[in-house]
Amino acid sequence: MAQHKVNYASSAGLPIVLTSADKLVNWGRSNSLWPLTYGLACCAIEMMASGASRYDFDRMGTIFRASPRQADVMILAGTLSKKHSEFARRLYDQMTEPKWVISMGSCANTGGMFNTYATVQGVDRIIPVDIYLPGCAPRPETLQYALMMLQKKIRRESANMNKNTKQNLRLV
Amino acid sequence: MRKYVPKDNVQGKSYYTDRFWVAPRVPRTEVEAEGHFAQVLTTLAKLAKEAYVELGQMVIHIDASQNFEVMKTLKEACGYTQCSEQSAVDYLAKDGEFELFYQLLNITEAKRVRVICRIKQNEAIESIEPLYKSANFAEREIFDMFGIKVNNHPFLKRILMPDDWEGHPLLKTYPMIGDEFASWYEVDKIFGKEYRDVIGPENRDQARIERYDTKRFSRVGYEVPFDADISAGETKTDIEYSETVLVDYTKNSGKQLDERR
Repeated sequence: MAQHKVNYASSAGLPIVLTSADKLVNWGRSNSLWPLTYGLACCAIEMMASGASRYDFDRMGTIFRASPRQADVMILAGTLSKKHSEFARRLYDQMTEPKWVISMGSCANTGGMFNTYATVQGVDRIIPVDIYLPGCAPRPETLQYALMMLQKKIRRESANMNKNTKQNLRLV
Repeated sequence: MRKYVPKDNVQGKSYYTDRFWVAPRVPRTEVEAEGHFAQVLTTLAKLAKEAYVELGQMVIHIDASQNFEVMKTLKEACGYTQCSEQSAVDYLAKDGEFELFYQLLNITEAKRVRVICRIKQNEAIESIEPLYKSANFAEREIFDMFGIKVNNHPFLKRILMPDDWEGHPLLKTYPMIGDEFASWYEVDKIFGKEYRDVIGPENRDQARIERYDTKRFSRVGYEVPFDADISAGETKTDIEYSETVLVDYTKNSGKQLDERR
């Protein structure tokens, strides 16, 4: 344990914070997770409720952005149809690195009850997913919890995304 | 115990039928001599092949080649100004035909009429879009879902499925979970056909849990390197499904129904 002699009187009473680059970067990343407003079905209603005043995502630094260029997290909220899958992937590609994905609800996780020809059977077929959030639809608390788990995950990661080998499969 | 019946092709035939179940039928009545519907029939004259009343609505069977003429008469002479619904029913397996129906509404008389016609598999139908603007999307949907061509339609293009889709999903022959093309659609479109091996086939089993899958899953706080073995010597046991646990209890198998016997 390093001993630091801090003379508070000489440094204008400022406390000194010692940290690593990873910690500092991840502190910034994890506390300003800006998700893309990407509601696909009824889960979007719960996502909107999470963002609104009662559940208040803003207090976690989570502010919904309407453009993928400004977003860090893609919350896939709802049933992804095969017709739309191309555009979901394009939006994901348009997001700047580092980026994370939350698959919200049964439909996004596995196709859910839509065992049909027109539904993508799990968005992880086209987009790498970080957090799978079960529920139909998951309550806002569950989405909050998923976001907190994602924060936890980010804080454990290296700031250099190329070093994160203990990660999910990243397609392409 | 109920006799086991193979459950493949459940769409084709039901594996459980109630012997005492009688298909409910909507009562049909004759068109009354005096009244609005009788007037409609006299206006249509020979265009109507058959007509009866079901639940206060008149059902008129017509010849498919005369559909535009019939609709024009109904709209202009009988006051049926709205076409609220239009679609088709696949009777190809039973009769080798499609049934097309038009649901019309007369607002002043508060009466509804259903016009029904039948076409063969490769026949086309005349568009009624010049009469009813609502037919534009409805006929595109018929084309999309059944593959029925509509002549003189201003913009006959798929409406629900993507433009590059193969097959017509509402046909009875189209499988519920999609054909080969449908199952690889998103992979082929986004990554290309060569990525099929990387991504693998669709998982249609909702209950499948792969505990030791470290390719796709990592528990937060317990991360391991990609594709690491975390089974700790435990052998993989496949989940047994209702189909596979159905045991053969016949004399040849030598198995007993209840071990406590």
